[in-house]
Amino acid sequence: MELSTFWFLLIGVLWTGYFFLEGFDFGVGMLLHPLGKTEQERRVLINTIGPVWDGNEVWLLTAGGATFAAFPNWYATLFSGFYLALFLILIALILRGVAFEYRGKVDSDTWRRRWDLAIAFGSWVPSVLWGVAFANIVAGVPINANGDFTGSLLTLINPFALLGGVVTASLFLLHGLHFVALKTEGDVHHKAVAASAKVAPVTIVAGATFLIWNQVERGETWTWIPVVVAAVGLVASVLATRAGRDGAAFLGTGIAIAAAVLALFGSLYPDVMPSTTDPAFSLTVENASSTPYTLRIMSWVAVLLTPVVLGYQAWSYWVFRQRIGTRHIPPVHVPGAAASSGPA
Amino acid sequence: MDVVSLSRWQFGITTVYHFWMVPLTIGLGLTVAYFQTRWYRSGDEAYLRLTKFFGKLFLINFAMGVVTGIVQEFQFGMNWANYSRFVGDVFGAPLAMEALVAFFLESTFLGLWIFGWERLSPRLHLATIWAAAIGATMSAYFIVAANSWMQHPVGAVYNAETGRAEMTDIWAVLTNSTTLAAYPHVIAGALLVAAVFVGGISAWLLMRDRPLPAADRTAMHKAVRTSIYLTFAMGIAVAISGDYQAKLMFEQQPMKMAAAEALCDTEQPAGLSVFAVGDVSAECDVRTIVIPNLLSFMATGSFDGKVEGVKDINAQYREQFGPGDYRPNLVITYWAFRAMIGFGAIASLGAVVAWWKTRKGKDLPTDKRWLRIGSIAIIATPFLANSFGWIFTEMGRQPWVVAPNPDGIPELRLMTADASSPAVSPGMVWTTLIGFTLLYGSLMVVELFLLKRYVQAGPEAVMPHAPPPEPGGDDDTDGSERPDRDEEADVLAFAY
Repeated sequence: MELSTFWFLLIGVLWTGYFFLEGFDFGVGMLLHPLGKTEQERRVLINTIGPVWDGNEVWLLTAGGATFAAFPNWYATLFSGFYLALFLILIALILRGVAFEYRGKVDSDTWRRRWDLAIAFGSWVPSVLWGVAFANIVAGVPINANGDFTGSLLTLINPFALLGGVVTASLFLLHGLHFVALKTEGDVHHKAVAASAKVAPVTIVAGATFLIWNQVERGETWTWIPVVVAAVGLVASVLATRAGRDGAAFLGTGIAIAAAVLALFGSLYPDVMPSTTDPAFSLTVENASSTPYTLRIMSWVAVLLTPVVLGYQAWSYWVFRQRIGTRHIPPVHVPGAAASSGPA
Repeated sequence: MDVVSLSRWQFGITTVYHFWMVPLTIGLGLTVAYFQTRWYRSGDEAYLRLTKFFGKLFLINFAMGVVTGIVQEFQFGMNWANYSRFVGDVFGAPLAMEALVAFFLESTFLGLWIFGWERLSPRLHLATIWAAAIGATMSAYFIVAANSWMQHPVGAVYNAETGRAEMTDIWAVLTNSTTLAAYPHVIAGALLVAAVFVGGISAWLLMRDRPLPAADRTAMHKAVRTSIYLTFAMGIAVAISGDYQAKLMFEQQPMKMAAAEALCDTEQPAGLSVFAVGDVSAECDVRTIVIPNLLSFMATGSFDGKVEGVKDINAQYREQFGPGDYRPNLVITYWAFRAMIGFGAIASLGAVVAWWKTRKGKDLPTDKRWLRIGSIAIIATPFLANSFGWIFTEMGRQPWVVAPNPDGIPELRLMTADASSPAVSPGMVWTTLIGFTLLYGSLMVVELFLLKRYVQAGPEAVMPHAPPPEPGGDDDTDGSERPDRDEEADVLAFAY
């Protein structure tokens, strides 16, 4: 296999890791208001991802950095072309990250309500926009001979892309529900299980329509396989939720995410960013990539380090494997609050 | 304004801002790890209090560092697409390594540290803060290596066919002499930030009207001690590393150093300008207070060495690279260099005052208002020294984004004016420039508000489970004792 193809696969793996992991913590953020009816419940939800969300987000930084290193032309065209969309994603991620750390630092309902809004906004916006972005990447955008995007923000808003946004948002929502079901007990757990049955049909219909549309337009024969796997994963997750098997349900939506990324990347290859202006201007794994020397160095770095990272990240999930419920949430203890104690 | 100027403003604002959080994260991370190690080894509760108190302040700051860091990585592609295309084959590698080697380590183990109290063994828990602190410290290496390549490109060739820089030697890129000189300077600067932060806050808590509980007094005394020694050590370290870096810069980027001294004409021997009155960019002879021969010594190690001036270097560049003005903004370069050194010196002076006031075990006075204000105000000085250091080195590199290496391949160079994104319009950059500035500004208000609140509350606010301090009692509370509790029935030791 050509090194540039290997790196195309690796970028796909990094995005899969990102969507698998941050997908559920976006889901938890989106569920903060629907599932968390009391302050205690909202704290349970936030604490399911408390120790891990930041590590999950590093997958995005790694995907970005790896794209810069392995496909500089792809990185340059994509990031400058999707400028305003990425700006919105950045604003969302900034507000969300700060909100997790700051919401519990002052004992005031107004204070917490505002940060809760920031968490919800910061989780919904990227969940929708990543889908919009990837739909546009596979469908192609206007790119000139220099490799520069020539459209506007409106170019990125089209039916296929909007459907892509619905797919990622509903998929992350469902993935988040299954994560919450797996990690909590009591009322929050029951509500997550019940909500899964309502969200799943939307995810399945939107996901199937999107992936089949993509197959018909530009899919390879073999990419039908991941499409089917994604469908099986989603249906299995519904059945598993019904059977009370939370772990299997979470794995089901996880498999669906990985399979969907594979189907999209498979239909994209050998392009990395097709041009709708002229196919000759399309960015491909060949013309967008770094030199073989750089790719070889980066391959060694990736092959040696990724298992280590996966190892300690998996360990951190193991450390925090315990299910939590409202009874585990300690009373609020912050400066200025004269030892106010919540219901234990 | 055009896209290039707007993008430069945005990069400048977001980067200076981000680099307020970064040195504190690096320096305070190591300091908190040190406090926790002292507690782990001795069981001395004072160090547990310091760990928890400064650990909390560390986290309030860390959150901001993380989220503003994402913007940094995205901006190269968003605003500097042509730059990214030109350097990506070289520059992308340290960036990707930074994420893979450092950011994962930092964020995963920090999560384990925050939520791992009482869930991990004390030994393992101690290891997690070290892993996080080392991750942060390593991340600086990769980003300094990437930046150094822009100052002094090595380990690469220019490919005329693809029109870009292509890496030939990763080892040369990672061990760039510029990196090896800049990294110790950056880390010493980060530790200086943390040292003054810890010392200023601790001293203020000891001097304010509302007295601290005895246990916290003991802890804060230890923190002031630690801060004084660390500030002295790092004050010396930044000076030595800075001097070494300056000598290297005279060879690698003579224009930047000539601009730093507003040295218009080549001189032998050259004097060091301490201070100038008037517009340093307009006239050549405004350098009023000059120490004879000192610049020659700083640049060459010899008191009568020759130092090239701005005009001569500009003429050489014109000859080599064609017509144009190759001078950086002299006013900013000259004054930022002095502000860096000046603020760094003030920070060190603060430690001298603290040392004098606490010599022979004396207590800090509680009736000196200027000392109280000063102990808080001085916290800003190493931050400013860091900012001006970066402003100096980045503005001094202009008009280049990749400065040509005098001993390297001349084609490995790129003007900032040619580096921006063709796909981006001025209106778009205005939108993001205003958006980021407003958001960053509001978040700064929130961060300072929270820091103030937690500092004023003192260590007692973050150690709810600690036994009440007994005035006059002996200090044998063994903080390392961890009763084995039923995990299932227990509330979380730490929860958001």
